[in-house]
Amino acid sequence: MNGQLPRWVDYGLIPLINVTIAFFVAGLVVIAIGENPLDVVRIMLRGALGYGEGVGFTLYYATDFIFAGLAVAVAFHAGLFNIGGEGQATIAGLGVALVCLALNGQPWWLVAPLAIVAAMVFSAAWAYVPGALQAYRGSHIVINTIMFNFIATSAMVYLLTHVLKPMGQMAPETRTFDVATRLPFMKDYITPLGYDLGQSPLNLSILIAAAACVLVYLLIWRTRLGYALRTVGTNPTAALYAGIDPKRITVIAMIISGALVGLIAINEVMGTHHRLFLGFTGGAGFVGIAVALMGRSHPIGIALAALLFGMLYQGGAELAFEKPTITRDMIVAIQGLVILFAGALEHMFRPALERMFITARAATA
Amino acid sequence: MELFDQLINVLASTIRLSVPLLFACLAGLYSERSGVVDIGLEGKMLGAAFAAGAVAAVTGSAWAGLGAAIAIGVALSLVHGFASITHRGNQIVSGVAINFLALGVTALLGQAWFNEGGRTPQLPGSARFLDVTLPFADSLRDVPFLGSIYANLISNQSIPTYAAFAAVPLTWYVLYRTRFGLRLRAVGENPHAVDTAGISVARLRYAAVIICGILCGFGGAYLAIAQSAGFLNEMTAGKGFIALAALIFAKWRPVPAMWACLLFGLLDAVALRLQGTVVPGIGEIPVQVFQALPYILTVVLLAGFIGKAIPPKADGIPYSKDR
Amino acid sequence: MTAPAPSGSAPPTSAPPAIELVGIDKRFGAVHANKDINLVIPKGTIHGIVGENGAGKSTLMSILYGFYSADKGEIRVDGKPVAIRSSQDAIAAGIGMVHQHFMLVDVFTVLENVILGAEGGRLVAKAEARARAELHRLETEYDLAVDPDAVVETLSVGLQQRVEILKALYRGAEILILDEPTGVLTPSEADHLFRILRQLRDQGKTIILITHKLREIMAVTDHVSVMRRGEMVAHLTTAETSMEKIAEAMVGRHVLLEVDKGPANPGAVLLDVSGVSVRDKRGVTLVDNVSFQVRAGEIVGIAGVAGNGQSELIEAITGIRAPTSGTVTVNGQPVPADPAKVRDLGLAHVPEDRHHMGLVLPFEARENAILGYQDDPRYGSGLMQDAGAILKTCETQMAAYDVRPPTPRLRTSLFSGGNQQKIVVAREIERDPKVLVVGQPTRGVDIGAIEFIHKRLIDLRDQGKAVLLISVELDEIRSLSDRVLVMFAGKVVGEVAPSTGEGEIGLLMAGVAKDRQGKGAGA
Repeated sequence: MNGQLPRWVDYGLIPLINVTIAFFVAGLVVIAIGENPLDVVRIMLRGALGYGEGVGFTLYYATDFIFAGLAVAVAFHAGLFNIGGEGQATIAGLGVALVCLALNGQPWWLVAPLAIVAAMVFSAAWAYVPGALQAYRGSHIVINTIMFNFIATSAMVYLLTHVLKPMGQMAPETRTFDVATRLPFMKDYITPLGYDLGQSPLNLSILIAAAACVLVYLLIWRTRLGYALRTVGTNPTAALYAGIDPKRITVIAMIISGALVGLIAINEVMGTHHRLFLGFTGGAGFVGIAVALMGRSHPIGIALAALLFGMLYQGGAELAFEKPTITRDMIVAIQGLVILFAGALEHMFRPALERMFITARAATA
Repeated sequence: MELFDQLINVLASTIRLSVPLLFACLAGLYSERSGVVDIGLEGKMLGAAFAAGAVAAVTGSAWAGLGAAIAIGVALSLVHGFASITHRGNQIVSGVAINFLALGVTALLGQAWFNEGGRTPQLPGSARFLDVTLPFADSLRDVPFLGSIYANLISNQSIPTYAAFAAVPLTWYVLYRTRFGLRLRAVGENPHAVDTAGISVARLRYAAVIICGILCGFGGAYLAIAQSAGFLNEMTAGKGFIALAALIFAKWRPVPAMWACLLFGLLDAVALRLQGTVVPGIGEIPVQVFQALPYILTVVLLAGFIGKAIPPKADGIPYSKDR
Repeated sequence: MTAPAPSGSAPPTSAPPAIELVGIDKRFGAVHANKDINLVIPKGTIHGIVGENGAGKSTLMSILYGFYSADKGEIRVDGKPVAIRSSQDAIAAGIGMVHQHFMLVDVFTVLENVILGAEGGRLVAKAEARARAELHRLETEYDLAVDPDAVVETLSVGLQQRVEILKALYRGAEILILDEPTGVLTPSEADHLFRILRQLRDQGKTIILITHKLREIMAVTDHVSVMRRGEMVAHLTTAETSMEKIAEAMVGRHVLLEVDKGPANPGAVLLDVSGVSVRDKRGVTLVDNVSFQVRAGEIVGIAGVAGNGQSELIEAITGIRAPTSGTVTVNGQPVPADPAKVRDLGLAHVPEDRHHMGLVLPFEARENAILGYQDDPRYGSGLMQDAGAILKTCETQMAAYDVRPPTPRLRTSLFSGGNQQKIVVAREIERDPKVLVVGQPTRGVDIGAIEFIHKRLIDLRDQGKAVLLISVELDEIRSLSDRVLVMFAGKVVGEVAPSTGEGEIGLLMAGVAKDRQGKGAGA
């Protein structure tokens, strides 16, 4: 912000305090339900990290959240709030399913590149429209991306119930892809090496996610486009002065953001469920908001935040099993609290910390 | 005559479906007219619906349910106010947070307290707002056309429904005829002007978000204890966002807000009615088109292809004294 | 109602002063904005407060109007101490303020704006009726006509200001503060304003006029107080002082900066502006058929009161905004509406406002060292940036321009104003441009940096570059330029030699045409 504080406070201490408060409040909710928060933490940690299968699930969830978090972060850097990741990923699922069904039976390594391109193109297109409307018609991107989430859902319901559903089948979902066409599970590689991933759906997508983190880092801080993106996001007037077209950058940022979140469909449709059905995203597109805010829009922060949310999701599943009073909705509540404290209230403690540091500096000077 | 009855039926369900939209839309109107963007209407209404369902189930009183709904609506509004007025945080982010918080906590507490898969217990009629029969409704029912309209549309609605439609002229009056309304409109356009006139910007905005919370409380209560007999998981189902769309459609004005909500309610009613209907030559009508129409219309409107929706100038911008 | 003091004579000494400030002190963090300010303003006078940007005038008035509260000190109104903690307290004490940026709700009518905050009841209708009658009375009394039902955004700037004055009078203001009221006015509007102010004074009101325009002080005030660096340095009676004396008190040394420069050696035309007009979205003409040339080896200055089309002219020349008509050429090449391409033609641009345009404040200094040149092949090829080359460029520039601290990785917001401006000037000059367009080069910059930057501009000229200097500081224009153009209401209204008297240029800046000027000067 105004740079009164050292960087480690800005990027380390303040986010840490905010997230701690969020979890503290979540602990109060647990107490309200009549459970012991420490028990809950223990169960969740064991469920998320205590054994191979749990770790597999944690990483599988984290994969989605990395894609979603990076997508939100890229838009943030360009000064945009892409709240439409959920809808964009949904549309990406359509692209992945179309490719996989068209090439059903072909080996996965042949299909995967095409499916990835399809995922990115479909969701980028879905993000492009609100981006272009913001840039060239001045429509508010937040409202439009929300609207596009709902339009995507309606479109998907229609397509699945009327077009993509095999004849005679009741459930609104596509055929299941051929075994050969599915993205391989990590357990097929790792378990033989001696670490048992159990039945976890962790698949090759996690490697794509890791690569995406590196690429986004390079994009934002090492490329010319990233420079232009950050300039537009921080000072649009300076961007105009520098000959950077904010409208063009707005559209490009939304395309990249959409393309990133679309990769959720690779993890879910091609890598895990092997078919397209309603709601396959499981809200992951929205989790990206919390992840990006918590990770301060930096790929390393996002990876860590995604991992934490992966642990929450997997640990939460385990928790719901052991303590039926605490359903997985706990995670949604925590998500809300993280967004509240790490996002909307991110500056709550800043004035106090600034005072502290100014007094400390005065004392040493 | 049968066609007329069908029309009355569709209009009756239009009114029912538009009530929660109208409450949320007017709620958003107060907030956004004061300069506080609110995309947390959905969450506030959901939280209020849960409170209404839970408290009505425990106390057996619809009024207690309504009171609890208002309390939760206001409490969540105050969280939004604390973040966006006191701490000048990002109002969009705060609204998103409230939506998730409400979604998670209602489902969580619903299961923990009532153990019915997130529902609150089925309410008896005495703990709900049932439809009220206005005087002479039954005796006039057989008068052609007008009688049916009176008996089925004007009469035979619940108290919150009447409250919703009464809130429209009331809001108009407050906004355009009272000191509070003048200041509210001013603070959403130019808070500096309000501040230099010696009026507290923060106090005005807090007042606005509190009214917003009260109206969300009504909307939630209507869903849980008037329209239904208890709270269901995710029962707002995007209504808070449709209300937001209606608010944009109405260009932040109360009477057009009512028409926009009725229009969106009508779309919903028609979609329900047409579900599974096969029209000769066209085939089955895709009801999804009707479901998506409010959103599509909003996108088109925002893009300025049909008119232009310009929000209050200071909407979404935290106020600080320095320019 | 107190009886108005007889016009022209000093108020009776027995009457307590309208305003008395005793030992007002205010700090913002490390900035000491007001240091132990004492000020006495007699009732029924017009009192000017002058000072440079950042001298503390606005802070002091904000304290008086309850926007900030002082750390120490006392405010007395009519001899009685009052606690002013909010604008409401100030209004109650009979203080009204006309802000530099109007505090009006654009979509409201005049009437609605007037009653806002002074409704006197829960319903609007009564308040409006009352205000309508009162506006009618004020209109006849002070010649302040304005249609009460007009929507404010449809009114001219002058009329909007009138609404602000009416707002204050409606609230019963006996003391009226005006903050830089003429910055946005045409000369005839300003004249009208001054007439109104005198009339108000004659009716017994007390007026405080904040300005940095000495001419206005001389024209309309009874007394003047001068502020410098947060301190009150002089209290003068206008009739007994001169502009030179006030100016000296303002800057603390002799004003006219003597810049060491030889005669110009103009060469080929490098910048050619021909028939350029700019209209805004509403069709208002901001720049009106402007033509001039700048040659190699000369500095052409454009003088003018802020808001007379200079900013838009700069934008049209530098490609930020396409002119509605007319052409600009740099070194014979037409300028496209794309700042990046204009830079490629050899034009560099130091923008008027470094915070909003010239710098991205949260960026590190090294990142700002390439702003506008981000696509230069020296700083990367293909998709990637060359971090090493960027760092080196920044280090070189920082050394050459003595930027302190010389830390390329420091966030730009942490540098002082002068050092921030040096970062901008270094970036633009160090690329050896053919043409430099520079706006307000020394706004908010300390004296040391001013001299440094001025010297660099002269050096650039002597290297055979064309420099176009736009500044509202007439002294800066006169001491640096080889030729001076004066802009008024979007037009170039005259060209004069820099040695031309301040008065003559000032008249041009005020839109008084040259032929009329001749008579006035008695030439």
